[in-house]
Amino acid sequence: MKKMIAATLALVAVIGGLIAWNHQLTAKQSAASSATKTLVIYNWGDYIDPSLITKFEKQTGYQVDYETFDSNEAMLTKLEQGGTRYDLVIPSEYTVQRLKKAGLLRRLDLSKIPNRKNLDSRLLNQAYDPGNRYSLPYFWGTLGIVYNDQLVKQPIKHWNQLWDKRYRNQVMLLDSARDMLAVALITQGQSVNSQKTSVLKRAEKKLQKLSPNVKAVVADEMKLYLEQGEAAIGVAYSGDAAEMMAANSHLHYVVPSEGSNIWYDSFVIPKAAKNVKAAYAFINFMLEPKNAAQNARYVGYATPNRVAKRYLSKKVTSNRAFYPNAKTMRHLQVYQDLPKRVNQTYNDLFLKFKMFVN
Amino acid sequence: MTKHNFGRLFFTLPYYLWLLLFVIAPLVLIFYQSFLGLDGHLTVQNYLTYARSATYLKMTLNSVWYAFLITAITLMIAYPLAYLIAQLKRRDFWLALMILPTWINLLLKTYAFIGILSQSGPLNALTKALGLGSHQLLFTDAAFVIVAAYIELPFMVLPIYNAIVGIRPSLINASLDLGASRVQTFWRVIFPLTKGGVEAGIQAVFIPALSLFMITRLIGGNRVITLGTAIEEHFLTTQNWGLGSTIGVVLVVAMLIVMLLTDGANAVKKGGKRG
Repeated sequence: MKKMIAATLALVAVIGGLIAWNHQLTAKQSAASSATKTLVIYNWGDYIDPSLITKFEKQTGYQVDYETFDSNEAMLTKLEQGGTRYDLVIPSEYTVQRLKKAGLLRRLDLSKIPNRKNLDSRLLNQAYDPGNRYSLPYFWGTLGIVYNDQLVKQPIKHWNQLWDKRYRNQVMLLDSARDMLAVALITQGQSVNSQKTSVLKRAEKKLQKLSPNVKAVVADEMKLYLEQGEAAIGVAYSGDAAEMMAANSHLHYVVPSEGSNIWYDSFVIPKAAKNVKAAYAFINFMLEPKNAAQNARYVGYATPNRVAKRYLSKKVTSNRAFYPNAKTMRHLQVYQDLPKRVNQTYNDLFLKFKMFVN
Repeated sequence: MTKHNFGRLFFTLPYYLWLLLFVIAPLVLIFYQSFLGLDGHLTVQNYLTYARSATYLKMTLNSVWYAFLITAITLMIAYPLAYLIAQLKRRDFWLALMILPTWINLLLKTYAFIGILSQSGPLNALTKALGLGSHQLLFTDAAFVIVAAYIELPFMVLPIYNAIVGIRPSLINASLDLGASRVQTFWRVIFPLTKGGVEAGIQAVFIPALSLFMITRLIGGNRVITLGTAIEEHFLTTQNWGLGSTIGVVLVVAMLIVMLLTDGANAVKKGGKRG
């Protein structure tokens, strides 16, 4: 009993010490910044070069508070609940649409962001935000195929090759209803935003035919598996592909020319923002070509900054896989925010497909 | 109010509050949510969707089947193991070794298995060295069941071990003295006396095994789909909390059935607490 009391007391002492230490650290931080001097950013995890934040702080004197999320849905829930003071958020395009509909976004005053002129005009004025009244692109990317040249006989170029009998039990899919049904829809010449149940059902039938080739339906772990040669082919996002290719030189990334999904992550300023001035300053800072180039090198996704591409190596910017040619670009489709019921159909059908894989 | 009564209230109040806030309230909320449609109106649509869908029914059967397999395997390993540990000289040490893996985060253990089972992992290196060639181990039903059984094993060993240690040696001696063989002693004396531990162990393993979901993706590669997967999807992706809650209610009912089958009162007394 005595021993237990001693152990408990020791534990309490350690925890108390940690709390005091933490308190001291945060006190130091908050002393340096008052509310008007802080910029609260809400972004995906590991999605910015941290040295750029330091540079921004030095240049402007603002103190950056950087918080992260791991899915659009989680971020959306937090913003909808209110009570948050994020000055700058970086959602994907269909979430921009939903936030806009919910009236949670502040209209951008583009005159306060002179560096927007550096952006590639082909990537602006998209259907999810006509005239970029609420958002400006931060990064963009595609959905495509990663393959290992040691494990496939000939290069993969088209979605339909995934159905090839030679790749039995060799294909890894993403655990994402929207993305996988999009692949099937594209092979059937349909829009990735199809809402008709009959069209979606046909797409699911097509996916079922893929099931003998499916090795697994996974998420982030796919990077690990493809790097280790556990599977020959995977359906992946361009940024993840870049990471995999850096780890294994036998991997290649292709965006099929018949079409695929293109997505945008964009800067938006929520209505609840407290420090709008700092948010504009940050967007402008990040759109400066040199900074955008540095960030693109760190993150690995394609930059929408036309001028910044000059500062990137030719090897990257001439890589069709990450900066596709005009023909492929024309065939790329953006996801639109679907009504909840249709969203449900996508997920029900995908769940059915997953049951079928076994 | 006497001083004595006040003291009693003072000490039991937090316990009742806890029950109310963290046991009863969530159950009521799940039950209520399960009757909410996508549009937020009260409806029984979710239950109809569930009952009419071949996908969900097959998924339910899958979940129960895998949970049964996992429980059966852990039981087959855990009983002899607990018995052995109880006979050993330094049994505290061996028991601590058994419990040690539960201190490590579940996800870390699962990731470790990805390394062990992968094409380039040590298991395949061993079979290759023995001339048996390499095999696909990851993403198989067997791999899923083995990893899940490994993770649940301590929760089966502990209650059985406690039950075995709790048997008075004089009972076993008496049985042997009175002419029963070792086998007879085991089946007639030891096993019936440890039944409570076994039941507690089954509850501690079967119930969480019913709603496993991370391992189904990481080790099973989503080739094994359980109700846990569906719940995760409804809450995180489709945000159809109603249908997610409905499946939750189905799981709660399934768990109640298991509790009844394994004789709740007895098992609770022996304690199958999870660490």
